[in-house]
Amino acid sequence: MVNRLAALAPRRRRSDAHGWWFLAPYLVLLLVFGLLPTGYAIYDSFVVDSAATAGSSLGTGNYQNVFADFRFLPALAHVGMFLLLWLPPMVIGVLFFALLLHDRVSRVTGAMRLIFFLPGAVTGSASVLLWYCMLQPSLSPFAPMLKAMGLTSDAEVFQDGNLTLIFAIMAFTTGVGQWIVIMYGALQNISDEVLEAAALDGCGPVRRALLIKLPMVTKYVLYMVILSFAAGVQIFVEPQLIYQITRSAGSPWWSLNQFGYALAFQSGDFGGAATVSVILLAISTLAALLLIFRTDFFSTEMDR
Amino acid sequence: MTTASAEHAAGRRRRSRSKRWTLGRTLRCVILLGFAVYCLIPLLWLLLAPTKTDAQLVGDHPLSFGSLDQVATAWHHLIAYDSGVIYQWLVNSVLYSAGSLVITLATSVLAGYALATTRVRGRRLILVLTLIAMIVPPTALVLPLFLEINAVHLTNTAMSVILPGAFYPFGVYLAFIYFSTSLPRELMESARLDGATEIRLFWSIALPLAKPLVGLIAFFGFVANWNNYFLPYVMLSEQEMFNLPVGLGAVISGTPALNPAIGGSQLPITRPEVALAGVIVVLPIAVIFLLCQRYLVRGILAGSVKS
Repeated sequence: MVNRLAALAPRRRRSDAHGWWFLAPYLVLLLVFGLLPTGYAIYDSFVVDSAATAGSSLGTGNYQNVFADFRFLPALAHVGMFLLLWLPPMVIGVLFFALLLHDRVSRVTGAMRLIFFLPGAVTGSASVLLWYCMLQPSLSPFAPMLKAMGLTSDAEVFQDGNLTLIFAIMAFTTGVGQWIVIMYGALQNISDEVLEAAALDGCGPVRRALLIKLPMVTKYVLYMVILSFAAGVQIFVEPQLIYQITRSAGSPWWSLNQFGYALAFQSGDFGGAATVSVILLAISTLAALLLIFRTDFFSTEMDR
Repeated sequence: MTTASAEHAAGRRRRSRSKRWTLGRTLRCVILLGFAVYCLIPLLWLLLAPTKTDAQLVGDHPLSFGSLDQVATAWHHLIAYDSGVIYQWLVNSVLYSAGSLVITLATSVLAGYALATTRVRGRRLILVLTLIAMIVPPTALVLPLFLEINAVHLTNTAMSVILPGAFYPFGVYLAFIYFSTSLPRELMESARLDGATEIRLFWSIALPLAKPLVGLIAFFGFVANWNNYFLPYVMLSEQEMFNLPVGLGAVISGTPALNPAIGGSQLPITRPEVALAGVIVVLPIAVIFLLCQRYLVRGILAGSVKS
C-alpha cells in the first residue's frame, strides 16, 4: 500500500503541471475578457474627472452623479417593473406547460414540445421586429384580441405606459421556448417507480404534479429564476430598437444598460458608464453567488 | 429502470387512463393546443410575410399566402439595400460565430478536462470564477470591454467581436461536468502506466469520448454568438462590419419600413423586406434547434443531474 502511494505521488505532481498548460488558454480568456474589464470598470467608476483642476482623483463622485441623474431612477424602476411583470409569469408558464406536457407522454406531446421550443429561436432584434408587427392591430393575426382589449390603432399600442408589458411579452415568449425543454428534461429524470407508486396510492395527476414532481425540480426552478433575473436586469436591445422605430415610445435611457450606453456614447462620460456597469455587475454577481453557494447545483463529486 | 419496463409501465398507465376521456384531459389538450397556436402563429406570420406586398400585409388576412414571386421581389429589394450589404452581414455572422466557436471549443474542452482530472492549485477559485462568469450575462461587461478594446485600438474589427465571444465559461462548465462524470478513470490509469503522455491521453482517450460534449458546446456557443446583439452593436461602427442581428436592427431602425408614419422613403425596404431579413436571422437557429433538441435535453442533464 505504501509502495503504491509512493508510486502515485510523483505522477500526481506531473499531472498537475500539464493541468496548467491545459488551463492556460482558457485562463487567458478569463483574465482578458472577464477579470480585466471587471477590474477596469471598478477602477474607472472611482476615477473622478475634475474640470476645475483639469486632473482626476479617486472618489465616489461618479456614483453620486449616477444616482442623482434624472435618468437613473426611472431606468431602475422600468427594469424592476419589467422583471416583476416578466419573471413570475414565465416561471409559472414554464412549470405549468412542462408539467402539463409531462403528465402523459404521447406522439402529440412530442410534437407540442417541438412547437413550444421554437419561439426560443427568436431573440434580440428579430424578436423586436416580430412582436412589433404582432402588436399592430393593422397587421397582426392577434388583431381580434387586441381590438377586444380596446386597441384599435397602431399608435395606441406603442405608448410609454405599455412598454414594460410589451417587453415582458417578448421576453416571456422567448424565455418559455428556451426553458421548457430544460424543465421537461428535468421532469423526465424523475423515476417512473415514484410516480407509479403515487398513482397506486390514489394520487391524481394534479397532486402528482404539485406534490411530487414540482419539489423534485426545485433546483432547476431556482436555476431558471436566477439566470433569467441576471439576464433580465441587462435588458437593452428591445427598448433601444423600439425607441428608434417609433421615435416616441420609451427613450434612449429607458433601461439601465441603455442609460450606461447613453452616458458612454452620447455624453462621453465613460466614468459614469463604468459606474452603471459596476452596478449591473454587482446585481448579477450577487445573484450568481446566491445560486452557487445556496444550492448544491454546482457541487460535483470532486468537491465532496 | 430498464427501457422495456419503462415502456411497459407507460403502456400500463396509458391503458388504465385512456378509458376515461375526462373533463381534465379535454382541458389539458385544449390548453396545450392553445399555447401551441400562440407559439406558432407569430412564426407562421413571419414566414408568410415576405410572400406578400406591404399593401397585402395590411389588407389581406394576416395568415394568407401571397406568391413566391413576391418573395423574389422582396429578396431583390433586400440585396439592393446599400449594394448588397446583407451578404456581408451574413458572411460576418458566420465568420464571427464560427471564429468564436473554434476558440471556445479549443479552450473550454481543454480547461474542463484539466479541471476535472487534475488537482491544480487554485482549482476551486477558477471553478467559482467560471461559475460566476457563466451566470453574469455577457452584456454586463460590454461597456468595460469596449473601453479595453478601444485602449488597444481594436474596435470595429472582427477580433473585437470574435475574441470576447470566445470567452464562454458555460462551455468550460459543461466540459468540466462531462469529464468529471463520464471519464473511465481505470482506462486513464492503465494508459498512464503504459507510458502514454498526458497530451496523448487527452488526444486519444478523452477527446474521442467527448463527441457529445463538443456537439453541446458547439450548439450553445454558436447560438449565443449568432444571436449576439449588444457586443457587436457597441464594438462595430461601420455598417460593413455588422453581423445579421445588428444589421437587421439597423434596417428596422434606419428605414421607415416598420413605421411608415415617420416619413416616406425612397428605398423599397418595407415590411415584407424586413420580415425576410428576420427569417434569414431566425431560420438557421430554428433549424438547428429542431435538429438538436433531442440530444440537447439528454446532454444538458446527463452531467448536471447526476446525484
